[in-house]
Amino acid sequence: MQNSVRKKEIALVSTLKLPKKLSLNVPSKTEHLSEVRDFVSDAARRFGFADEEVSNIALAVDEACTNIIKHAYHFASDKDITNKGQHFEPDKVAMPDMKEYLSKYKRGGLGMLLMRKLMDKVEYRIQPSRNVVRMVKYLSA
Amino acid sequence: MSEFAIGVRESAGVHVLDLKGYLDAHTTPLLEEAFKKLLAEKKYRIIVNCRDLNYISSAGLGVFMAFIEDVRAEEGDIKLSNMTVKVFNIFDLLGFPVLYDIVKDEQEAIAKFGA
Repeated sequence: MQNSVRKKEIALVSTLKLPKKLSLNVPSKTEHLSEVRDFVSDAARRFGFADEEVSNIALAVDEACTNIIKHAYHFASDKDITNKGQHFEPDKVAMPDMKEYLSKYKRGGLGMLLMRKLMDKVEYRIQPSRNVVRMVKYLSA
Repeated sequence: MSEFAIGVRESAGVHVLDLKGYLDAHTTPLLEEAFKKLLAEKKYRIIVNCRDLNYISSAGLGVFMAFIEDVRAEEGDIKLSNMTVKVFNIFDLLGFPVLYDIVKDEQEAIAKFGA
């Protein structure tokens, strides 16, 4: 019992030692997705998320980056992923009804749905020449 | 670099794709090619063994969507077996078990093919 309490204290200290912001810039190529996932997984783990949540967060970020690479830049590889690509209006992207979707065998467009299912909040901020995807996942108590 | 590999083998008249590693937007073309090759050879009874599949994103899920209709039109199927809980949860989150035959292991898939 005492051990587990001590472990929790140590984890808390290491969490507090984390910088407030961690950042990574990668070229907008799908070959960098694994690097993105590793970075996000490592950060999420250090923030104190459990394994399943770590995987979910990494997947959500993978989906966000994949969308940016495919849709905003159309596979142009000379852009960094901060999403400064084509203007994007999230309200115009309809969330598919899964039964209808699956019954019609439509392909693609699943990424945004996954992001919303895996994270607590997904927000899109449209700024001049820059789109920001902000995803929030709360630590469970 | 994402690590992903596919093995193809035949078992009791059914073609088995063994997936290994990480299936994301970068590695899905490999899976697409494998399906295209099987379909070109008129192999429509397909099992995808997911035992060593560590990761799947929507790009990977999309590949299954792309081929299932053609395969079933030829009275075949794509059955998914040996999925880890982690990978199954992603399929489940999007309601894929409604559309795909996801079975415990390869033997069950082969039995369902009546092979």
